[in-house]
Amino acid sequence: MGSAHGPISVGSAGTQSRGEVWTRPVLVDGDQSLGAVTRRVCDVVEAPKPPRAWYIAITISASLTLMLFGMVVYLIATGVGVWGNTNPVFWGWDIVNFVFWVGIAHAGTLISAILFLLRQKWRTSVNRAAEAMTLFAVCCAGMYPAIHVGRIWVAYWLFPLPNQMQMWPNFRSPLLWDVFAVSTYATVSLLFWYMGLVPDLATLRDRAVTPLRRRLYGFFALGWRGSARHWQRFERAYLILAALATPLVLSVHSVVSFDFAVSQVPGWHTTIFPPYFVAGAIFSGFAMVVTIMVPARELFGLRDLVTMKHLENMNKVILATGSMVGLAYATEFFIAWYGGNAFERFTFLNRALGPYAWAYWIMIFCNVVAPQFFWSKSIRTNPWLMVGVCILVNVGMWFERFVIVVTSLSRDYLPSAWGYFKPTPIDICTFIGTLGLFFTLFLLFCRYLPMVAIAEVKTVLPDAHAHDEHGHAGGAAHGRSPEVQHV
Amino acid sequence: MSSPQANAAPIYGYLAEFDDKDALFACAKAARARGLTEIEAYTPTPLHGLPEILGYKNYVPHMVFMGGLIGVLTGFGLCYWVSVLEYPLNIGGKPFNSWQAFVVPTFETMILFASLTAVFGMIILNGLPQPYHPVFNVEKFARCSSDRFFFIVLSRDPKFDLNETRRFLAEQKALSVDEVPH
Repeated sequence: MGSAHGPISVGSAGTQSRGEVWTRPVLVDGDQSLGAVTRRVCDVVEAPKPPRAWYIAITISASLTLMLFGMVVYLIATGVGVWGNTNPVFWGWDIVNFVFWVGIAHAGTLISAILFLLRQKWRTSVNRAAEAMTLFAVCCAGMYPAIHVGRIWVAYWLFPLPNQMQMWPNFRSPLLWDVFAVSTYATVSLLFWYMGLVPDLATLRDRAVTPLRRRLYGFFALGWRGSARHWQRFERAYLILAALATPLVLSVHSVVSFDFAVSQVPGWHTTIFPPYFVAGAIFSGFAMVVTIMVPARELFGLRDLVTMKHLENMNKVILATGSMVGLAYATEFFIAWYGGNAFERFTFLNRALGPYAWAYWIMIFCNVVAPQFFWSKSIRTNPWLMVGVCILVNVGMWFERFVIVVTSLSRDYLPSAWGYFKPTPIDICTFIGTLGLFFTLFLLFCRYLPMVAIAEVKTVLPDAHAHDEHGHAGGAAHGRSPEVQHV
Repeated sequence: MSSPQANAAPIYGYLAEFDDKDALFACAKAARARGLTEIEAYTPTPLHGLPEILGYKNYVPHMVFMGGLIGVLTGFGLCYWVSVLEYPLNIGGKPFNSWQAFVVPTFETMILFASLTAVFGMIILNGLPQPYHPVFNVEKFARCSSDRFFFIVLSRDPKFDLNETRRFLAEQKALSVDEVPH
């Protein structure tokens, strides 16, 4: 009962006599032996030099990260006035980008937890990279609430900490729930990712040729030696973490949507927000996984492990969640009309036809129209076409958050309170900088850590399943080695 | 650990190497059938059914349950203490004990505490971090994290015998049987 392993072996105590009629699907291509999988993944990390494209990519992304640091320092030194946030739109790109990055983060947990509980074994090839992506996206997301408070040196007021003012936060506020949800999410994502890494770090430790590598990987591998006892606890802990992370990931984006839905602003105050946000988060997250996995598997020669089948499955998820998002857009419009509230009606007509109509129609095209191309098998199995569609989806999901945050605030109840939000160059450079930070962290991850979960992929190799015939200690009647029973 | 060492053997145990998991399973069953108890298997990937053959128990789920329970109590206790006792604020006429609103932070602390317990419980029960272990003295053992399976009989097993145990392991289709020094 554990890492990507099937119900057959779990239930084997009761179902041994059934035999192995069902043939396991082939989930990885190429050489199927245990050693070959180890080598293919470790070679990326152990190669003396990464591919030239890696150097080019990290030069660009690291420069953008430096720009991000510059922007953040400028912001802190000057004040939030350097952003475009002003009356009446006080939530601008900061919140748009926060929601955008948190949404992207969700795919990692979905792949690692929900698909695990659903026994979707194909996830083993992509879950490590997706979890890493989650972590890096949460880094980018978590930065925004911290820097957007203005006086960053009192950002600790967000947390329920004893302080000299004897002041405590308000636990009835969705903004505080958000602090709890996002910080729990960041912690659990890190735990999940690190725990899965421990056995693979042990593999790198055991293969290390230099003392430095052996010590570094050895330090983080904690002395893991793969004993059956270790694995038993590991697998159970992993299963439990998956079961905990599943409701967590659904709660996080629901709570993010409460930031809007609990307010009284037309266009925000709707009950559809939690499911609609979660579907959108999965949609954008999967699009980001495909966007980065296609170049990564080409660059590092992991095409046998991350196969076209994996990418195609992810594209199907994108198609499904994209259609859900489209349905949610339609439902919002229907309810705005059916609910009969004049402000609500105005808000939605204003989204589609008002000053931000350009953003609205970019969103509709990218999120509703673009994923429909994935009905065609030739498009969803073509690496570069799928990346094209997925980049459109990422753009579209950014605009979705922009439309939600900005259009509602810029057209309040009274025309005297209307305005038009424009980002400043600082806004734009900060956002581009977070992209740089995200890709820098991901490139470092690709180079220094196993991009594919080695021990987990081994559980889906045909080689790993012969033991299903053995059964448990009590059920030895059907042991395959008769000589054993005479000993 | 010192007293069994003193009267038993000058080594930690015998380590048998397999390149096939079926042979490992057979060896584990045979060892149990002989009444050996201080045994351990090492594998590159989790093998299902093996812990049951070796007769292991697993307390991680119990710990996680307790962790989650403590998380619920801590989360709700924090909300209640802050909002009702320490810093009561009238927010829109809502009751001080707005327990419905406290469900969200309580839920998140439950998940947080339970997850921390799952990971650190696993690590602590496994006796990690443990930089040194006698099996690392065997050079071949490095392949355990890649593609080889190992089985060890510890010298502190009451039925351990320098010659007998070695012969038993040699009969088990092992690629090799090595002494593991302390």
